[in-house]
Amino acid sequence: MALPIWLFILASVIKSVIVLGVLLTAVAYTVWLERKVVGHMQNRWGPTRVGPFGLLQPAADGLKFIFKEDLTPPHVYKPLFIAAPMIALIFALTSISVVPFGNSFTIHGYTIPLQITDVNTGLLLILGITSIGVYGVALAGWSSNNKYSLLGGLRASAQMVSYEISLGLSLVGVLIMSGSFSLRAIVDAQSGHFWGFIPRWNIFHGQIIGFFCYLIAAYAETNRIPFDLPEAETELVAGYHTEYSAMKFAMFFMAEYTNMITVACVATLLFFGGWHGPLFGPPLVRVILPLFWFAVKIFAFLFLYIWVRGTLPRFRYDQLMAFGWKFLLPLALVNLIATAIAVAW
Amino acid sequence: MVPLSYYLVLSGFLFACGVAGFLIKRNIITIFMSIELMLNGVNLSFVAFAAHWHVLAGQVFVFFVMVVAAAEAAVGLAIIISVYRTRETLNVDRVNLLKL
Amino acid sequence: MSVHLILFLAFGAVCVAGAVNLLAQRHPINGALSLIAVMAALAGEYLLLGAEFVAAVQVIVYAGAIMVLFVFTIMLLNAGVEERTKDSRVAILLGVPGVLLGGVLVGWVVLRHSGTEAVPAGALPGDPATIGQLLFHEFLLPFEITSVLILIAIMGAVVLAGKPATSPAGKVEE
Repeated sequence: MALPIWLFILASVIKSVIVLGVLLTAVAYTVWLERKVVGHMQNRWGPTRVGPFGLLQPAADGLKFIFKEDLTPPHVYKPLFIAAPMIALIFALTSISVVPFGNSFTIHGYTIPLQITDVNTGLLLILGITSIGVYGVALAGWSSNNKYSLLGGLRASAQMVSYEISLGLSLVGVLIMSGSFSLRAIVDAQSGHFWGFIPRWNIFHGQIIGFFCYLIAAYAETNRIPFDLPEAETELVAGYHTEYSAMKFAMFFMAEYTNMITVACVATLLFFGGWHGPLFGPPLVRVILPLFWFAVKIFAFLFLYIWVRGTLPRFRYDQLMAFGWKFLLPLALVNLIATAIAVAW
Repeated sequence: MVPLSYYLVLSGFLFACGVAGFLIKRNIITIFMSIELMLNGVNLSFVAFAAHWHVLAGQVFVFFVMVVAAAEAAVGLAIIISVYRTRETLNVDRVNLLKL
Repeated sequence: MSVHLILFLAFGAVCVAGAVNLLAQRHPINGALSLIAVMAALAGEYLLLGAEFVAAVQVIVYAGAIMVLFVFTIMLLNAGVEERTKDSRVAILLGVPGVLLGGVLVGWVVLRHSGTEAVPAGALPGDPATIGQLLFHEFLLPFEITSVLILIAIMGAVVLAGKPATSPAGKVEE
């Protein structure tokens, strides 16, 4: 049964508020997790002072960002300097709107999907929004009127445009197999098991090369180590956000971690079967479990991000470009052709 | 419901702005952007006609226009960069010699 | 007024404002940003016309790739405020009235002759599957030709921008 219009709007608003709240909390605690895990990897403790295990550290950081003085250096191009962090954050947050978190549930005969909106070009929408997010970084670098910022902005735009191609191509294999751009349809195509016990996820369905390409390209898209050249602090001070302070800096920070979570969501949905996982127990547990599996998979990806950060050194810029164009792009193309042949067989 | 003519007027306006920009702008990059604006105006009329006549070919044509625009942007910006390397200016009025 | 018309007017207003701003701004980066706004608003118009795949591709290709190249070039060359010369004043004096006249004429003709037949909303299946069928069956030859065009464009761009500037003697410096 379809919802009446006012109930639909109400449900959408409630869903948006919940998703945004959970997302921003997740962002804050990803930062905490990163500091903690990298700390332990480097034989340190990470944050311990604020709250038990430093669990209140994100709140303290937030307060600090709010109360710091918001400097605007005199030599910047002001309109874009102010707009750039907002562009970065807004587009990072928007892309979560098409991500489905679980099956739909039914209240009083009304079916409500666990997703803000299901559009049948959902994946394209995410790709489009993330590709517009480049402007935040590029404009921040340019408008700061500072050579380190400019270099960071140039590096970021070249890197993101280059790796976007590999990113898109690595997803086409999955699209061929599921035959839809809708993220919900892609997840539904991955339900069931091979031989009764191996889950029918795309990663076990011949898309392991595609997943490998996606993961590497996604690291480059989110400017994370080993591809964090736009903000390489040992070469460029802090890259594109050198001149930013207080909340404007925090916006870039939040945008980066939101992008990490979005990338983890897309990887989970496309390659790891979304919310599918073993279901057992009483009805209430059966409703909660898909959400739990989804969260577990995303947590695994975030942990992998941090693990890679604790392990790998940074690329040199020419290595980065050569790797993207000469290795990753051909590999993604080979994966695409192989998948097409396998499906046509 | 929106009449077809509204879309066509908007498309025509964008195209006219593109032509005007092409004529009055003196920065090569802005001139290039005016060309992109013209192509966008044309694309809108393609899609509007596709919806009006129920022929999907109009939407397919938009893809071809986009491909041409992408190719044009790649080559054009490369030309701009090499012009800037030799002339050190982006003003078209100063790029009026065939030879250095 | 239907919701459709309101949305059309809203997106159309953004388009018009962006296009006029492109003409008014002297700095290329402001021009590039207003063009991005135009393109995003056009994607909205495509959605209203039921062309959802075209809308998505418009955002990815135009706003996300082509315009990033423009912004990248502006940043790379550190393009400053556009300078005016004598010729540009002539162009403004002749160009603006001429273009305005042409625009008004076209608008008048279109509004007078095409009547007010409404474009039906979402009547056309603009989804990726249908477009793909058409593109890879009926339009296969043009599609392949455009792929050759893209290849040539890539090679041209690499040749033009990849090498360092030629020295006056005509030899390419390493």
